[in-house]
Amino acid sequence: MLLNQFLLLAAVLFCIGVYGVIARRNAVMVLMSVELILNAVNINLVAFGRLHDVVFGHVFALFVIAVAAAEVGVGLALVIMIYRNKSSVDLDQVDLMRG
Amino acid sequence: MTAAQTLLGPTATLAQLTTETGNTLVAQNIFFAIIAVIMVFSAFRVVTTKNVVHAALHLVLVLGGVAAIYVLLTAEFVAVVQVLVYIGAIVVLLLFGIMLTEARLGKDQNLNNDYRVPAVITAVALLAVMSYALWDQFDDQKLPEPRFSGTDDPALVDFALDEYPELFDELTPSDESYDAQVTEIIQEREAFFNGVQDTEEVSDSIFSTYIIPFEAISVLLLAALIGAIVLARKE
Repeated sequence: MLLNQFLLLAAVLFCIGVYGVIARRNAVMVLMSVELILNAVNINLVAFGRLHDVVFGHVFALFVIAVAAAEVGVGLALVIMIYRNKSSVDLDQVDLMRG
Repeated sequence: MTAAQTLLGPTATLAQLTTETGNTLVAQNIFFAIIAVIMVFSAFRVVTTKNVVHAALHLVLVLGGVAAIYVLLTAEFVAVVQVLVYIGAIVVLLLFGIMLTEARLGKDQNLNNDYRVPAVITAVALLAVMSYALWDQFDDQKLPEPRFSGTDDPALVDFALDEYPELFDELTPSDESYDAQVTEIIQEREAFFNGVQDTEEVSDSIFSTYIIPFEAISVLLLAALIGAIVLARKE
C-alpha cells in the first residue's frame, strides 16, 4: 500500500471538516466538523507511525482521541449554556464581543 | 547443497512470498477503496445534510471507516479505542447535545451561514496545496510490509525463541523433530504472535516513555469532566 493513499484520504477529510467549520451555523454541527479534522490528523499519525515502524504514532493518536473526548465534553457544555441564555445555538448570534 | 540449489532455494521462496503478499496487497487496496469512498461520501453528508440527526449518524460511518483504516494500518488497539470512545461515547454526547438544544427533528433550512462560497474556496485551495505537497514529497513511497510473513517465517521463529523461551521449555533442542515442534507451538499461538506486538509496545511505551503525558491527559480529562458539569449544571 502507498503511504500517499492514506495521507490524501486524511487531507480530503480535513478539508471537508474545514468547510464544515466555516459554513455551518449550528454549534453542534461545527463540533462534528472539528471531529472530522481530528480524525484526519489521527490517520496521518498512525500512517507515519506505520511508515517508520514505530509505536509513537499509535500513542499520539490515543492522546489525540482522549483530548477530543475532553473537547467534546466541554464544547457541548458550552453549547448548552449558550442555548440556555440565548434560546438558540446559532453561532452568528453569539456576537457579544463585536464592536 | 549445490550451488544451483543455493541460488534456486531462496529465489523460489521469494517468488512465493511476492505472490502471497501481492494477493494480500490487492485485497487491502480493494478494501481501502471501498472504505475511502464510504468515508468521503459520509463526510460530505455530515457537512451538507439539512438534518442534524442524519449528520450525526453519517459521522458514525466516517468514524467507523477511520477505525477500519487503522486496522489496515495494523493499529488494532487504536481501532478498538476509536470504536469505544468515538462511536460509543462522543457520538452519543453529540446526539444528546442535539436533543438538549434545538430538537428540530427533520429538515432544517437554516443550518448554513452566508459563508458557503468562501468556505468552498478555502477547502478546495487547502486540498490543492496539501495534495501537491504530498505528491511532491512522498510520490509513490510504499508502506513497509508486516514484520513477519507467516507462522513459518524464520524471523518469527527466532523472535519467538528469543522473547518467549518459556514456551519451548519442554522441547529438547537435540531432538530430530525440534524444528517441527517449534513451528507447531507457534502455529497454536498464531493469534498471539500476530497481534501482540503492536498492542504490547503501545502499552509499554504509554506506561514508561510517555507516563508524564499520560498523567497529564488523566488530569485534563478530570478537569474537562468537572468543567463540563459546572458549566451545564442548572443554578
